[in-house]
Amino acid sequence: MKKKLVNNPDDVVEEMLAGVVAAEPDRYKKLKDQNVLVRADAPVDKVALVSGGGSGHEPTHGGYVGPGMLDAAVAGDVFTSPTPDAVYEAIKAVDSGNGVFLVIKNYTGDVMNFEMAEDMAEADGIETAHVVVNDDVAVEDSTYTSGRRGVAGTIFVHKIAGALAAQGASLQEVKEIAEKVVANVRTKGMALYPCRVPAADESTFSLEENEMELGIGIHGEPGTERTEVKSADEIVNNLVTDVIEDLPFSANDEVAVIVNGMGGTPLMELYIANRKVNEILGAKNIDIYKTFVGEYMTSLEMAGLSVTLLKLDDELKELLDAPTAVDLLK
Amino acid sequence: MNKTEEVFNKIADKIIDNKQYLTKLDSAIGDGDHGINMARGFSEVKEEFESAEFDSNSAVVKKVAMTLISNVGGASGPLYGTAFLQASKVMEEDLSLKNAVKIGEAVIEGIKMRGKAEQGDKTMLDAIIPAVNALKEDYEAGVELEEALQDCLEAAEEGKESTIPLVAKKGRASYLGERSKGHQDPGATSSYMIIETIIKEII
Ligand SMILES: Nc1ncnc2c1ncn2[C@@H]1O[C@H](COP(=O)(O)OP(=O)(O)O)[C@@H](O)[C@H]1O
Ligand SMILES: [Mg+2]
Repeated sequence: MKKKLVNNPDDVVEEMLAGVVAAEPDRYKKLKDQNVLVRADAPVDKVALVSGGGSGHEPTHGGYVGPGMLDAAVAGDVFTSPTPDAVYEAIKAVDSGNGVFLVIKNYTGDVMNFEMAEDMAEADGIETAHVVVNDDVAVEDSTYTSGRRGVAGTIFVHKIAGALAAQGASLQEVKEIAEKVVANVRTKGMALYPCRVPAADESTFSLEENEMELGIGIHGEPGTERTEVKSADEIVNNLVTDVIEDLPFSANDEVAVIVNGMGGTPLMELYIANRKVNEILGAKNIDIYKTFVGEYMTSLEMAGLSVTLLKLDDELKELLDAPTAVDLLK
Repeated sequence: MNKTEEVFNKIADKIIDNKQYLTKLDSAIGDGDHGINMARGFSEVKEEFESAEFDSNSAVVKKVAMTLISNVGGASGPLYGTAFLQASKVMEEDLSLKNAVKIGEAVIEGIKMRGKAEQGDKTMLDAIIPAVNALKEDYEAGVELEEALQDCLEAAEEGKESTIPLVAKKGRASYLGERSKGHQDPGATSSYMIIETIIKEII
């Protein structure tokens, strides 16, 4: 059994949130009986943004709560969608009468639990809308499957929809901009070493010493292809090529980039990867407008990374650049 | 404690005892939390039973449903929660084969409404649908309750095992495509355990 810095595995989420609030008491408050972080000044007179999902992806989503981004983040158990009650309490806590917009990552459980919460809120007369983020190109998109997973591209939805909401846009306008981001963002990830959820005895999957997994999901769901470990450049080439071909991104497009560490990847390696991302995009005449390198959506201690590209236009650029109090997206 | 409470207490024990096993099945084709999710929900059910008083069987089942919805999370929380909620709506106080069929149909309808899966998608429905079909056929053929329940149990077991060669089309396992073949679906397994416990408690 791997070592972990936990007390009782059942308490990890609550103890983590207590630590978050203790670190930044002016920024956050935690709802009393639910694992929900909300802006300290909530509710704010605007459309409120709520996101959430399983824990274990920190800084997702709590790290994006703050002026210019999310109003609340609902933390489910590790890798498990939060329950409808928790989402509903978050909605109630941030609603200012202008409606609440939910950013949902496309997983069966998340979609069902968030939709049930919306039903509960609507029964209370709170107006809601949502977007389902599905940026992971590693999953075949078809009406016969659950569709693509929502991964690191979600952070751009938080930033851009959050910026528009902060400018006083309506619920419908926020929904439209979020859909525009989803239509233009693509991600692919990979893993070198798996992760283990605190309550389980074994890793969620295993990799031989010389193996890696391409197309990995952020819950340690096995990916699409397992091969022997390649060089950083070859790995990045695989990820970026699939991302580019999917949208597709083409010459003279302007993009924002996230090179995202999965939790157990040294920053050194993320920068090595970003060097190659930069080189590949340059060779294709795709202009990089802004790059984020670091941990944005992790998978516990998984080693590996994902690369996200968002195709920008003037409207998206302005909102990406709009001020936010959230350090990670400054 | 009334009989229905006793049955659900036994279900809770069964699920809690199999927490690691269900989690292991989910590790193979999902994200390794099904046992953890279910055990969390059913531990809470046991706790609720300690303080609550119920005036009907359907009230017990409704309580189970609401407790699962509030505590399980994941895909299985809303699915089992909705299933038991629908069951509680049609459940009569006296057990009959006729009513058992009706409950089974309500369960299937609830899961389909919430999750939009069909039989053969490698989900809990692959254990539940054959089980309910067996009950229905026996009811129509005039078979006695006890024998019908035996048939139901067998059908559920076969249904659970039938998920092994299937390619998952819903839930996290669907991300694996062809690679989901060769593994038994965790949700079909927990559904079988629930059906098994109910039937063994009645017979
Ligand atoms: N759309 C669906 N309809 C019916 N059952 C489903 C659906 N999606 C998933 N399931 C069931 O849920 C089980 C997984 O539950 P669990 O691991 O608790 O949730 P999650 O997939 O969110 O981690 C699967 O094994 C499958 O039987
Ligand atoms: Mg699971």
